[in-house]
Amino acid sequence: MDQGFFLLFAAASVVTALTLVLARNPVHSALALMACFLQISAIFVLLEAPLLAVIQIFIYVGAIMVLFLFVIMMIDVREAVLQRFLPGSSLPALVLLVLLGVEMLVLVLRSDRFSVAEPVAMRTVGEVRQLSTTLFADYLLPFEVASVILLAALVGAIVLARKEPQ
Amino acid sequence: MVPLWWYIVLGVVLFVIGAAGVLLRRNILVVLMSLELLLNSVNINFIAFGHYYDDFRGQIFAIFVIAITAAEVAVALGILVALARNKSTLKVDEVTTMKG
Repeated sequence: MDQGFFLLFAAASVVTALTLVLARNPVHSALALMACFLQISAIFVLLEAPLLAVIQIFIYVGAIMVLFLFVIMMIDVREAVLQRFLPGSSLPALVLLVLLGVEMLVLVLRSDRFSVAEPVAMRTVGEVRQLSTTLFADYLLPFEVASVILLAALVGAIVLARKEPQ
Repeated sequence: MVPLWWYIVLGVVLFVIGAAGVLLRRNILVVLMSLELLLNSVNINFIAFGHYYDDFRGQIFAIFVIAITAAEVAVALGILVALARNKSTLKVDEVTTMKG
């Protein structure tokens, strides 16, 4: 049952990711990426991380992709439709990618550390409560630093996108 | 039950596809979107290991990755809008102001 759902979501996410890379139109890429994020959040549900799945949908699908679509609407993407891939110099990149993929697959499949079939211990109830306790007790400083980074990014984005006063 | 290495292999496949988008595409928008895909495939790994070794730190790291990604996208799209206004191009190989 679990395996069937996993294969379904994994296949859908790989297909939409390929659509993202291969599509001519950036709008199609954005929509494919949105579908891919939805599949990945379904995989988070399979991994018993419902909070992360909801965060994934809220932030990626709800905020980031809408931001992308707004930017696509603001700037002219018609000239970008004509040429899809970098001319020249794509053969070394392809070789590098194949090497990277083969290396990672060999590492994963030959190591016995990844052959765990079952979770080590079953989770107790109240998982989100435990997660937030850990987050706000042990990881409070990184949490605050992340909020400062978000504030800095907010100010930076406004400054960057503003029109220069003449 | 799904074995752990299935999730890892899914992460690897998505990572390679995203890296292909970053390395091969000309359009800056698609490059940025492929970058999102890279970060998401890493998140799958974090959460899978956290689930199978019964450790919350996987999920906590994933939350931080998502927060930093949101900041990165905001800044990157701000730069993109400024670039489109100044140079009116969206191709990565035509943006050579910093001699890249």
